Amino acid sequence: MSDEVRKGEVVLEVEDLSVGFPTPDGLVQAVNGVSFSVSSGQTLGIVGESGSGKSVTASTIMGLTNQKSANVLGSIKVGGIDILRADEPTVRGLRGQEMAMVFQDPMSALNPYYTVGNQIGEAYAVHHPGCTKKERREIALGMLNKVGIPNPIQRIDEYPHQFSGGMRQRIVIAIALVNNPRLLIADEPTTALDVTVQAQILELMKSLQQEFGSAIILITHDLGVVAEAVDDVMVMYAGRSMEKASVTTLFDNPSHPYTRGLMGAVRSLDHSSRGSLHTIPGSPPSLISLPSGCSFRPRCDLAASLGDTCSLKVPSMRRVEPIGSLSACHLDDQQLVNLTKKNFAS
Amino acid sequence: MSSEVILEAIDVIKHFPTGARGLLQRTTGTVKAVDGVSLQIYTGQTLGIVGESGCGKSTLARVLMRLLEPSAGSVKLQGEDITHIHGQHLRKVRSQMQMVFQDPIASLNPRHSVGEIISTPLKFLEGHHAGSDKARVQELMNLVGLNPEHYNRYPHEFSGGQRQRIGIARAIAVNPKIIVADEPVSALDVSIQAQILNLLEKLQADFGLSYVFIAHDLSVVRHIADQVAVMYLGKIVEIGSPEDVYGITAHPYTKALMSAVPVANPRIAANRHRIVLTGDVPSPVNPPSGCRFRTRCPKAQELCAQDEPLLLDRGHGHPVACHFPD
Repeated sequence: MSDEVRKGEVVLEVEDLSVGFPTPDGLVQAVNGVSFSVSSGQTLGIVGESGSGKSVTASTIMGLTNQKSANVLGSIKVGGIDILRADEPTVRGLRGQEMAMVFQDPMSALNPYYTVGNQIGEAYAVHHPGCTKKERREIALGMLNKVGIPNPIQRIDEYPHQFSGGMRQRIVIAIALVNNPRLLIADEPTTALDVTVQAQILELMKSLQQEFGSAIILITHDLGVVAEAVDDVMVMYAGRSMEKASVTTLFDNPSHPYTRGLMGAVRSLDHSSRGSLHTIPGSPPSLISLPSGCSFRPRCDLAASLGDTCSLKVPSMRRVEPIGSLSACHLDDQQLVNLTKKNFAS
Repeated sequence: MSSEVILEAIDVIKHFPTGARGLLQRTTGTVKAVDGVSLQIYTGQTLGIVGESGCGKSTLARVLMRLLEPSAGSVKLQGEDITHIHGQHLRKVRSQMQMVFQDPIASLNPRHSVGEIISTPLKFLEGHHAGSDKARVQELMNLVGLNPEHYNRYPHEFSGGQRQRIGIARAIAVNPKIIVADEPVSALDVSIQAQILNLLEKLQADFGLSYVFIAHDLSVVRHIADQVAVMYLGKIVEIGSPEDVYGITAHPYTKALMSAVPVANPRIAANRHRIVLTGDVPSPVNPPSGCRFRTRCPKAQELCAQDEPLLLDRGHGHPVACHFPD
């Protein structure tokens, strides 16, 4: 998906995914024609503001979106099986085994009534029906060791409330990885944690990826986390994918006005930037009544320069030369190349 | 710093007893949330307080606001000792200090319209006339960038950023001198965070407000503060101007905290050396002897377990509490 060719087989292929939720007020179009793929050993970052469709995309991939109450279109292929058309037992077999998820809030992801050893062992037993109690315990111990819980022999019998936030997130990661899944989806895994603990968790995920070779989808709103932890990035806005690029390309040459705006709003730790921060005017649109044409148009300061084009046509993803990134914007290549964040952040 | 001190904390201590349930039961321990903090806030300036969860930032803010009474030490507002005042007197002092909270949903009553929310503090002002409330509220809504016609709407009809604007309008309604903002932007998206930070800076310039700005996000504090205090387990470990604290960082904890912040630049991120702290913040019920950071400090030596380092200028031009600063 970027200028570099990635090794490793394709683990997940999402094509033209749309998810809409009918409500009394109208259809909430949470995800709108999103396509991407991830290969083993690769980390894809999905960035966007609240309501951009990041989490709905993730839970739909996991088969957690109820297709009876939501309109789901497109296809999601995990290991060649289309999640959206497979029956529930098949999806259940994949979930936990082939793909697993780490959630934002580790306290609500764990069951307060069971010991952590129990919960890790249970995730293993679901996919290994014949295993003994002893095996389960050994597997759980091994996982606690791998995710860096000190003194695991004693702590395996403790309950979630006896652990700190960072430790709980390590346990959630242990549960997710116990069956060695080929795809790990982490939905804002460090948002609830302190920066020092966030650094620990990101390092842990990196080292476990090297050991297990899984593909990771990291969902976040933090561009700093993206810069540190992912290989490729997809920027989402109002349910649509706006830009796709390798992480260095994205930060060197953001080639969508929205990406450029996001980067302008980030403050730097290295130099004092007193004075007005750049902001993107307004707020994200309602997903019930999206603006016509490009959904970013009402907040885009460049839309006026193209006349009516932006309000008449939804821009499609295309490759921007010579940058090599994919961008959904009506501006021509030259204009997008000129959108470097430098002449903008000042 | 040339301007005058408006709010001052002198050796403030706030301890919470634990385990005490009922009248006759003994306390089993003490949470030393704030343990000897002195600082000054200057007129028209911003003091930023940073630190991990549980380091006592919010307790300190509540003591400064006199929402909590300190266990020892004193708090002075414009030279007047407000440490133990209460009743009418405290209420009068409160009109000079207001608070903006982290969660704009939890801090606004869902059953009150925006007009009611913003006008509530006005009712406690001397010489209050209910008749002029609406005009004043609409003026305030204009000031913080809300549409005054939305006067009758309810909090759920607004976005997160707009809700935080409502909280700010409520805080400035009584013309306070000081605003204590406890993580005011951490629940918001980046593009919205920038809008709120710009608004706070504009209000400060227009009304000469002083801010106490609490955040765990070091880059936010760097952007907005004139003075930065780094807290660890109830104590200030380093304090100074942002140029000093971020430029001539002396305390190993500040260093580690800064190196943990993700840099939004993949080229720098790949090449820099990161200090990853092991473990978590120790319990404030039983803080380590000597220097409280020694259990996680890469430079800790024997002296650190015996002697508590004082907050002194150790040749960096700003005070640092460390025996072996960089």
